[in-house]
Amino acid sequence: MEGEISEMEREEEDLFVPRLITTEENFAPGHRACIGCGEALAVRHVCKALGKNVIIVNATGCIEIFSSLFPQTSWQVPWIHTLFENVAAVMSGIESAYKARIRKGKIEDRRVKFVGFGGDGATADIGLQPLSGAMERGHDFLYCCFDNEAYMNTGIQRSSSTPYGAWTTTAPVGKKSIGQMTWKKNLPEIAVAHRIPYVATACPSYPFDLMDKVKRGVEMTGPAYVHILSVCPTGWRSSPEQTIEIGRLAVETGVFPLYEVINGEYRLSVDVPRLKPVKEYMKDQRRFRHLTDDVIAEIQARVETEYAKLKEKAGVK
Amino acid sequence: MTQGKIVGLEGSFAIAEAVRMANTDVISAYPITPQTHIVERLAEMIADGELNAEFICVESEHSAMSACVGASAAGARVFTCSAGQGLELMHEVLYIPSSMRLPVVAVAANRALSGPLSVWCDHSDVMALRDIGWIQMFAENNQQAFDLTVCAYKIAEDKDVLFPTMVHIDGFYLSHVIEDMMLPDDEVVADFIPEYEYPFVLDPEKPVSMGCYGPPFIYPEAKKAQEVAFESTKSKILETWKEFEDTFGRHYAPVETYKMEDASIALLTMGSISETAMLAVDELRAEGQDVGLIRLRLWRPFPFTEFRDAVKDVELLVVLDRAISFGMGGPVCSEVKSALYDKREDLKIVGFIAGIGGRDITIEDFKYMINRAAEKAKAVERGEDIATEMIGVRE
Repeated sequence: MEGEISEMEREEEDLFVPRLITTEENFAPGHRACIGCGEALAVRHVCKALGKNVIIVNATGCIEIFSSLFPQTSWQVPWIHTLFENVAAVMSGIESAYKARIRKGKIEDRRVKFVGFGGDGATADIGLQPLSGAMERGHDFLYCCFDNEAYMNTGIQRSSSTPYGAWTTTAPVGKKSIGQMTWKKNLPEIAVAHRIPYVATACPSYPFDLMDKVKRGVEMTGPAYVHILSVCPTGWRSSPEQTIEIGRLAVETGVFPLYEVINGEYRLSVDVPRLKPVKEYMKDQRRFRHLTDDVIAEIQARVETEYAKLKEKAGVK
Repeated sequence: MTQGKIVGLEGSFAIAEAVRMANTDVISAYPITPQTHIVERLAEMIADGELNAEFICVESEHSAMSACVGASAAGARVFTCSAGQGLELMHEVLYIPSSMRLPVVAVAANRALSGPLSVWCDHSDVMALRDIGWIQMFAENNQQAFDLTVCAYKIAEDKDVLFPTMVHIDGFYLSHVIEDMMLPDDEVVADFIPEYEYPFVLDPEKPVSMGCYGPPFIYPEAKKAQEVAFESTKSKILETWKEFEDTFGRHYAPVETYKMEDASIALLTMGSISETAMLAVDELRAEGQDVGLIRLRLWRPFPFTEFRDAVKDVELLVVLDRAISFGMGGPVCSEVKSALYDKREDLKIVGFIAGIGGRDITIEDFKYMINRAAEKAKAVERGEDIATEMIGVRE
């Protein structure tokens, strides 16, 4: 099966690939993320992939809060935070400043990478308009959405990226509510609809895939978007030591498929010929513990339909 | 004195000329009446190769100011302009360049606020921006709009200033009106505003973290530092205006006066209506009233010393507001009273609200205000409460 690797190949990969990755930490430890935070891990991998020649624009949210308490900073590369919803606009300004100043000979000609970081609230909700504007205008940047599926920094309120049936503090479970009553907004597809050169999904449970995608995205000229599922033990009510496992289960159940879209061409990064039941993914997350078999069956059907559509786009039988 | 030529230019075009002569690197703007002619002219200049800048046609004013913040942090000389609702939409972002010390230059074509929708001039948008921490000044005509925009770059980018600076022009009255003005030669303006290097630029060679968050143990210190630095900008503003006068021959001051030498009654205005007010002062003087005019040029930082000095011999101060602070009266009148509290207990201050939503203020209106204010002052002496009067309103 295409894309599948043998057990021996996987062992080889486990042994050698980590040695190819830089030991340099551009996102320093000692920050204040919760124990088992999938987002902090993802940021660390992304920063390894980006290297030093980068300017990062960060939205208000968990990452900004756990990394930048004055006078300390985790950032070994230039980093700016201003507001919640304007990352893509601030980045448009930085990129344009470099373009203009290089053209006018005010600074030396060099390619700096401009990268935006935002959570799902900053990306799918309040910052969607600036992101759409920046993608439409075609600035040369990479945007990483760290999706932990709710407003975790303010205390687990629902976003448009919260999955159907999940408990949050503003979509609570009650006699007349199963929690989140709407289906997760598909941000990668919205990015694809902008006809930008590169869109991908990733998860720190698949670190090499994540780093490859960040590198590919940032090397492209024009807008690139990487949507990173970031397991949040605090908000998902899961055990911190299960973060990697839950991320893998999200992929193996088809809940969060890993794929990339290069100039409109879909490619599955990890094909799962036989999806595990979504129940496997949900069982260790207490945000789903109230769900009845009927609702789980509804989610199962939806996941299968969506996965089949994606496979069709990627040309996988 | 400097070379130049007399030209007939619309206020918007005059501002665009200043932005071009400043060799601005990045312009980020969203169209809104009555600011549109500025951005259209700048876009033309870039399309014709007269201005080598990146023009980011953003999708909102919030993004317009956000892009200015980013570009400024990356070391670019930046410009934006907006009006009314646009300034309201970018309101949240306006606090960022002033707290991060980014010298963004902006022009506001002053406009009323909805609702009802009105594209016409008043100062409601200005009054919503009082506390944003920007240096703010008022132009009364197209020449001043040009001159003050040129000065705005020099003031904002001064290493001892590094605060964003906004020039207020009255929408339509200046933005859409053609007037004669002196347009200096490009080189003179270029010499006046030299290239600048932002000291903390976002650059992979020298990593900095900008915009770290401030818990209670540091927030008050950060804000005190900002306020101290902001208040200290006044000397640089005065220095720049002096240098401007030496180079271009036109004088600017934080508070400007007209026929105030022996005046016992003073009228206070801001913006383009000041020119009508001067005509009213002339007529009232011909009728035997010892009236003069005080115009606030510098709005922030508020010029306390110069203002108190301007009213020192006045017995009656008549304040015109082109905005309403609902439930409070005229906002400028409130500020003026606070600036004089404990300083001039004998001075009567009477406020009027007029000219909102583009309603014209005529010479007759000013005459009415002066005469009515005298009556109101007498009522105050009798111990009566006087309400802020909105004039020219059909009831």
